[in-house]
Amino acid sequence: MSNLYVRNIVRFLSLVLFQVLILNHMNLSGYINPYIYILFILLLPARINKSMLLLFAFLTGLTIDYFGNTLGLHAAATVFMAFTRLSVIKVFFNNVEFLTGDEPGFAKIKAGGFLKYALVLVFIHHSALFILEVFDFHEFLNTLSRIALSTLVTTAMIMIIMLVFTPVKRKN
Amino acid sequence: MRTLIVFLWKHQFFVLFIILEALSLTLFVNSYSYHRSLTSSTVNDVTGIIYMAYDNVAGYFGLREENKKLVNENTQLKNVHHINISETDTQFTVRDSQYYYRSAKVISSSVNRQNNYLLLNKGSKQGMKTEMGVVSSTGVAGIVVGVSPNFSYAMSLLHHNMRVSARIKKNNHLVNILWDGMDYRRGRVVDIPSHIQLNEGDSIVTSGNSLVFPEGVLIGTVSKYLHSTNKDLSEAIINFSTDFNSMKYVYTIENRVKKEADTLMLKYVE
Repeated sequence: MSNLYVRNIVRFLSLVLFQVLILNHMNLSGYINPYIYILFILLLPARINKSMLLLFAFLTGLTIDYFGNTLGLHAAATVFMAFTRLSVIKVFFNNVEFLTGDEPGFAKIKAGGFLKYALVLVFIHHSALFILEVFDFHEFLNTLSRIALSTLVTTAMIMIIMLVFTPVKRKN
Repeated sequence: MRTLIVFLWKHQFFVLFIILEALSLTLFVNSYSYHRSLTSSTVNDVTGIIYMAYDNVAGYFGLREENKKLVNENTQLKNVHHINISETDTQFTVRDSQYYYRSAKVISSSVNRQNNYLLLNKGSKQGMKTEMGVVSSTGVAGIVVGVSPNFSYAMSLLHHNMRVSARIKKNNHLVNILWDGMDYRRGRVVDIPSHIQLNEGDSIVTSGNSLVFPEGVLIGTVSKYLHSTNKDLSEAIINFSTDFNSMKYVYTIENRVKKEADTLMLKYVE
C-alpha cells in the first residue's frame, strides 16, 4: 500500500518538474503545446475515491498554474477532465475488474486500451484548456487546430513515457 | 435543511466538481485583466529560485550567440554616445535623466501561450517596481507586473491585455500595437487613420504617451498594410523587432516622474 503512495508521489513530482522546466520552455510552433502532467491523473487508481480524484486534479492543475502564472486555467481544465474520467473508464472498460489500488495502466487494460483512454481524456483536457485560454470564439478554427495537434503530440508523448516506464513482465 | 444536507452529501462528487470549477474560473477570470494581473501575479522567490537553478544550467547553451548580440549592441551604444556628445543641449537634461535603466536577465519566458510572461532576475531589493518598461537590445519587450524581493515578472508584448501606444516614425501619427495570439514574430497595428498609407518596412516606435516607455523605442516594422476594416481606421501587420524566443538579456526602464504625472492626470480626470 505504501508502495502505491510512494509511486504516485514520485510520479507527481517528476511529471510536474518535467512539464514546468522542460516542456513549458519548448517551442514547437505556437500550435503545439504538450501537457503531459495529466498522466498523473490518468494513472491514479481506477477505484480511487471520486472526491479525492477531483481534489488531486485541482491541486495538480494549480501547481502547473503557479509556475506558469496562469492562475486557475490548468486547474479548471484538469478538474473537468477528472470529472469525466469515471465515465470514460465505465464506457471503455466495463468488463475489466479493477481491485482497490489497481491503476488503469498497461497491465490492466493493455497498450491499445490505454491509448484509447488517454486519447479521449487528453482531448477533453486540451479542449477545455485551449478554449479557456483564448477566451473568445473568433478564430475558432485556429483554436481547433491547436487542440487537435496538441492532443496528438501529448498522447504520443504519454505513450512513449508509458512504454519506457512500464516494467517488462518477467517470464517464469 | 436536513434534506438539503443529505442531498448535497449524496451528490458530493458533483457538488465538489462545481465548487472546484467555480474556484478555478474565479481565479482565472480575476487574473485576466491587465490591472488585476498587476496585483495578482504569482511571482515569488520560490518559483524564481527553481527557474534560476534551471537557468544556471541551461544558460550555457547559446553563449556564443549572446556574445555576438552584446557586441553589436555595444557598437550601437558607442555610436549613440558619440552623437550625444556632439549635440549637447542643456534643455534636455531633465528629459534624459527621466528614465533610469537597469539590466536584467530573462530566466524564464514563453512565446507559445496566449498570454506570455518573462521572469527577470531582479526584484524589489534591486529597486524594481511594477509598471516599469522592459526592452531588449532590439526593441520593446514588455511591462513589469509583479515584483518579489529578488525577481520580477513582466507581461510580454505577446499578451492579450497588452496594448502599446505607438507612433508611425515617418509622420508621427499615433497608433496602437496589439498581439492577436497567432505568431510570436508578428503583431497588429490598429487605429491607423485611414488616410494614412503605410508601406512595407515603415518603422513603428513607442509614442511615450503611456509614460512606461520613453519616446522612440523601436517596436517593429510594417510587413503588410491591410485596407480599412471600417470607414475611419485601418490596420497593418507588424514584424516585431524583438525576437521573443531568443531574448536573454533585457533592460528595465524606470520612469522617475511617472507617479507625479499619473497623480496630476488623476486629479483632473475625477
